[in-house]
Amino acid sequence: MSSTAVASRKIEYSDSENRNALIAVKAHLIGGLLVFLLMMLAGLTMRAAQGTWIEIAVDLFYQIMTVHGVGVVGAAGIASTGVLWYFLRQYVRLSNTIFWINFLIFLTGVVMILGSIFLGGYGGAWTFLYPLPAISMGAWSTGAAAVFQLGLLLIGTGFLILYLDIGRAILAGYGSLAAALGLPQLFGKVPVDNTHPPTVVAGTMVLIVNFIGIAAGAVVLVMGLINLYNPEFKPDALLMKNLIYFFGHVFINATIYASVTAVYELLPRYTGRPWKTSKVFYAAWFAIVFLVMGVYPHHLMMDFPMPAWALIVGQVLSFGSGIPVLVVTGYGALMIVYRSGIQWSTTTKLLFLSLFGWAAGVIPAILDAMVTVNRVFHNTLWVPGHFHFYLLLGLLPMIIGFTYHLTGEGRRGDQTKVTDNFGFYAYLIGAFLTSMVFLASGASSIPRRWAVHMEEWVTFAQVGAVAAALVVLGTLLFTLRALFSLPGATDPAKEA
Amino acid sequence: MVSTVYAITLVCMALIAAVFYFVIVNSKKAETDYSSITKKWYGVRGKWFLFLITLGIIITFASLSPFPLPDQKKEYAGNDYQTVTVGAYQWYWTMAPDTVEAGKPVAFFVTGEDVNHGFGIYDENLKLVAQTQAMPGYTNKLVHTFDKPGKFKILCLEYCGLAHHAMITELTVK
Repeated sequence: MSSTAVASRKIEYSDSENRNALIAVKAHLIGGLLVFLLMMLAGLTMRAAQGTWIEIAVDLFYQIMTVHGVGVVGAAGIASTGVLWYFLRQYVRLSNTIFWINFLIFLTGVVMILGSIFLGGYGGAWTFLYPLPAISMGAWSTGAAAVFQLGLLLIGTGFLILYLDIGRAILAGYGSLAAALGLPQLFGKVPVDNTHPPTVVAGTMVLIVNFIGIAAGAVVLVMGLINLYNPEFKPDALLMKNLIYFFGHVFINATIYASVTAVYELLPRYTGRPWKTSKVFYAAWFAIVFLVMGVYPHHLMMDFPMPAWALIVGQVLSFGSGIPVLVVTGYGALMIVYRSGIQWSTTTKLLFLSLFGWAAGVIPAILDAMVTVNRVFHNTLWVPGHFHFYLLLGLLPMIIGFTYHLTGEGRRGDQTKVTDNFGFYAYLIGAFLTSMVFLASGASSIPRRWAVHMEEWVTFAQVGAVAAALVVLGTLLFTLRALFSLPGATDPAKEA
Repeated sequence: MVSTVYAITLVCMALIAAVFYFVIVNSKKAETDYSSITKKWYGVRGKWFLFLITLGIIITFASLSPFPLPDQKKEYAGNDYQTVTVGAYQWYWTMAPDTVEAGKPVAFFVTGEDVNHGFGIYDENLKLVAQTQAMPGYTNKLVHTFDKPGKFKILCLEYCGLAHHAMITELTVK
């Protein structure tokens, strides 16, 4: 890595600030992993129920489905923020206090959401698609729906506060968001500086899209809350859907763009090769700002009153959004590892796997985002097939790979532990099978979000349950490793 | 269509897996001159980018002309179409009429009467043949021509509450 140049940009903190920051990052990772593990158990439960291996009441099934969705999105949000914040604070001066405040607000929101679901019986799915939260046919109360949405609103507010701090720090360090994105270099206003940190570019992109996405989410949550207590206020259902999917898509998509900083920062350390920024890199990330915000109409292709141009934009930008990973980040990872003499450890295996998961997960997503294909794939299990691929094999390996790096595994050149190896392969096989069974189910037209499956579909769910059990096993081993090794681990940045 | 999309997905994923596997196999032996690797593969990357852009343009035009969704401004009245009015409720369907003829286009006028639902038409092999959303405040016009007679199932494809999975009815095609 071009360590001299990058080191010269690094921010100095006091030892106590660094200690505190490291504890905070570990809390984000451990908290995220524990939630992921619980949500995988929830997923396993749902697949086993669909496979008729266990029997659960439908109201409980849909409550589990709701907590699974919101839990995974929340865990992805908090853990990926931990990854991004850890690296970004090395280049811009970030506040530990704000970071902790967001974490505590997040935990408060989690408690509210869990209460709304398991005490209040809310089972309106994490997407809270208007007007379902208000019209449950007696399954849950207005209060339960309100607490769920207030919990989300609170979590969103915490993230907005954190992004304000990140925005302040980036502006203080680089003068403008454009400069942090590398735009003056891209457009030839200043010479290309290939030591400009990729993390700053990625962090700025995440800041821009998530700030706007969460703000849209806050608007739709407030409108939904007003509707709950004043049913005369009836916002347009299609407008609400647009806002919900804009917010939801941007937020979950941004998690992988935040977590990829682990790949940019760590693969160079393990291969001894630099990940340099360039005009192509800046162009890709500049495009991503618009692509991530512009693709969401691919969720609305079966809403025929949507303007045709919006659906065409959704299709074209969805294809376009696959290009940066296939041409820049995934391709860059392949080049950096090729004939590098890399020492394969659980850390490096996970980081490299993450790029495969991301690149391959793009394929079913792009295809389903074509209007003509969407007609027979929308809301089938193809959709969870795509995002489980992307999350289990793309996002999570980035987060877990970073966690392993923090524990010290991989850096010392130790022999990989048997349990780590076992966990890795159980996870890899389980995650791949889980996703592929979902895709096969979607290709067989099996609808998503059904508590009870028809007889013809049961075998798919049973294979899916076995696969999910492997994912749980692998994640359990990863989580135990994090719980045992992470708390006492020293900051690798200090050893570097 | 479905099997083609599935096959393309599997082939593309396998190709990506093969590339990653190739790099893993060739990762141990170190080549110290990284600049020669980057020089060679940056050249390939340019061509790869052009290939993807060209592919994207071709796919876009081929798949969007004509636009694959029915014109929502059209009335679909007269002898050219059979019309079916569909209401989606928690948790049942109303469909008038519930019998149509094969070989002549059917225009379904679909509305969500309480929350969002998804109107999915499944054939006798439980394969999804057409769908549209059923939204409160909107009437979605779905046009489909049934090739052959049979008993088709209507399934809900948008989560709508606790009996979402039980929201099933039948459409007869004569």
